Amino acid sequence: MSETAEHTGHHIDVKQFHPRAQAAIHNPKIRKNFRSAMDGLMSKRKTAFEGWDLETLRDLGANVRLRALANLPDLLEQLEEKLTENGIKVHWAVDADEACRIVRDICKARDAKTVIKGKSMVSEEMELNHYLEEQGIEALESDLGEYIVQLADETPSHIIMPAIHKNTGEISQLLHDKTGTDLSNDVEYLTASARQQLREKFMNADVGVSGVNFAVAETGTLCLVENEGNGRMTTTVPPCHIAVTGIEKVVPSMEDVSALLALLTRSATGQHITTYFNMISGPRKAEELDGPEEVHLVLVDNGRSAIYQDDELLDTLRCIRCGACMNHCPVYTRVGGHAYGTTYPGPIGKILMPHLIGLDEGRHLPSASSLCGACGEVCPVKIPIPDLLVRLRQESVDGDKLHPAKVRGHGAKRSSMEAMIWKGWAWMHASAGIYRFGTGAASKFRALQPSKAGAWTDYRTAPKLAAKTLHQRMKERGQ
Amino acid sequence: MVDPIKVYPSKPAKVYFYGTCLVDMFYPDAGIAGVELLEREGIEVLFPQDQTCCGQPAYTSGYHDQARSVAKAQLDLFPGDWPIVVPSGSCGGMMRKHYPDLFKDTPDEVKAAEVAGRVWELTDFLLNVCHIKLEDLGEPTTVAMHTSCSARREMGVAEVGPKLLGQLKNVNLVEQIRPEECCGFGGTFAVRHPEISGAMVSEKVETLVDTGAKEFVTTDCGCLMNIAGYAEKNHKPVSGQHILSFLWARTQGKGGQQS
Repeated sequence: MSETAEHTGHHIDVKQFHPRAQAAIHNPKIRKNFRSAMDGLMSKRKTAFEGWDLETLRDLGANVRLRALANLPDLLEQLEEKLTENGIKVHWAVDADEACRIVRDICKARDAKTVIKGKSMVSEEMELNHYLEEQGIEALESDLGEYIVQLADETPSHIIMPAIHKNTGEISQLLHDKTGTDLSNDVEYLTASARQQLREKFMNADVGVSGVNFAVAETGTLCLVENEGNGRMTTTVPPCHIAVTGIEKVVPSMEDVSALLALLTRSATGQHITTYFNMISGPRKAEELDGPEEVHLVLVDNGRSAIYQDDELLDTLRCIRCGACMNHCPVYTRVGGHAYGTTYPGPIGKILMPHLIGLDEGRHLPSASSLCGACGEVCPVKIPIPDLLVRLRQESVDGDKLHPAKVRGHGAKRSSMEAMIWKGWAWMHASAGIYRFGTGAASKFRALQPSKAGAWTDYRTAPKLAAKTLHQRMKERGQ
Repeated sequence: MVDPIKVYPSKPAKVYFYGTCLVDMFYPDAGIAGVELLEREGIEVLFPQDQTCCGQPAYTSGYHDQARSVAKAQLDLFPGDWPIVVPSGSCGGMMRKHYPDLFKDTPDEVKAAEVAGRVWELTDFLLNVCHIKLEDLGEPTTVAMHTSCSARREMGVAEVGPKLLGQLKNVNLVEQIRPEECCGFGGTFAVRHPEISGAMVSEKVETLVDTGAKEFVTTDCGCLMNIAGYAEKNHKPVSGQHILSFLWARTQGKGGQQS
């Protein structure tokens, strides 16, 4: 069990979801950037799975993850043992703060001044960059999207494509302002100039920090999926490599990786395979010419073992971080990633973040969904996201006496006013006589129906009460 | 892991009709149309007068105690073993998919699962249980269709509406872009997050208008009051009705399979 880290630096008030969402909705640039990006990603995913028996593959993916989670404690021990055999030092962090301190201590022991980073959402969860800066250590993102976000002093708006909220023009302007490149809409030129600047940093970095996509227990291998080669540079060029990952990322064997990898790349970017797939199995051996002298793995709990205690919530930990749920989410598409104010935005963020930051902090997250089910439909490991959203809604209002809420911060959204409304609603609808009397009376006096009905009529006309209810009409028909 | 495969019953002599509260108060014509279509198929329709609401609004709002008390009042309405048909994917989904969870570990667990197993979305029932054959008596027209998310994803009936409309020889069905995207209704979501819901429905209406159809049909009254309500308030040239109302109006008094 872990308490949330008191994040420093750029902490955003998650509770301010509404104003941020509203601002995003009225920002045509945000709307256009996300709509076109998400349309593109949805179509690429669809094409990538053509000719596949997707449902069978998703069942396989779900089962691989379920089996791994069922044996999680044993697998983690096995992983530690194998990694240690392979010369990788394993560290355990109960929360984000401890994980940050572990990274700092490794850096300090090497007198490291500069860290180059491959993309890692767990490091975002830790807010590692700001922490290291406070410790006098420069941390530079090397994934192009993360690099752009870092230059702009922002946070990622998508877990796979961190700078998806920006269009080419905005990126060009940013690179121009911060690094002096020429203004250009030529993506190749912009990428090349960023690469040029990063190359030097790679050569001089003291430590490389990366994430992990799959940690294989049987062989003690850390798998890293990426497209830009920056992941390989990060994990091989600096003399020390620190991988950080959540404890749920472990799988039993290499065989399990194949199914998850096939699902991950297709679901995320519609790619059959990424440009790079790194399998890290230890530091440089005596006879080898390159690779780091030291390799560390920091296994971060940060709320995960609390999720693990509940049979239903456990499904949250199946996630392989493909981002398909956000790509297909009509809410995410409208408000963008920053509106959520959380490390993980979109549907997965709505079911994961309440555990990381508490349901009191994240009280608005589970309700920000129409429960359309698009997320659950595309999830490559079949996480029942809509069901988990409903579960968290129940937890956020302490709404079920039979199944008392247990997520930290539960009940924070319960208001006596709303509770009273639902009690009144239940009173009316649990008794057929009262219901028929009430609906019948409403129909009879429908001329008195107000034309305004709260926020509903800000956008729409009010639905019109019929002259007679279906109950009355069926009764007239003798039914 | 795998969603249960749907096994359709053979055509029964009777069905229970669960009208839903939205149809009851706002769209009773859609309910009557459903009843007429069933009766034309030779099925006797039983309408339990004590029905109220499936409990979904409280359920999705997290108030499961209240949802359970309302849902419990529905469980005794269907004493025979006839199928329960619902003119809504949303309420049908609540009963079929969520009742078993809602009553788990309660004395009503077995009854809830038994009721859930008999629930069918009405258009699905007409097409795949009644094997309805529709004879189109209407003038040539063009319509678009919005299948609700729950009809599509919980009840798995996305193919049904287009197939039924496809039987109507004078109806030209056009498809909007992103047909599978939510219209933004989502029950209480529309009032808890009005701006997001408003942004979603405005785009849905835009894509419907872009098809050139002046009319759309839908499986669910929630979507209907959302989409049609937005179009009406914003003077968009598209109106809507429940697919059952449309099917009955086009085929009134004729057709049907006499068996």
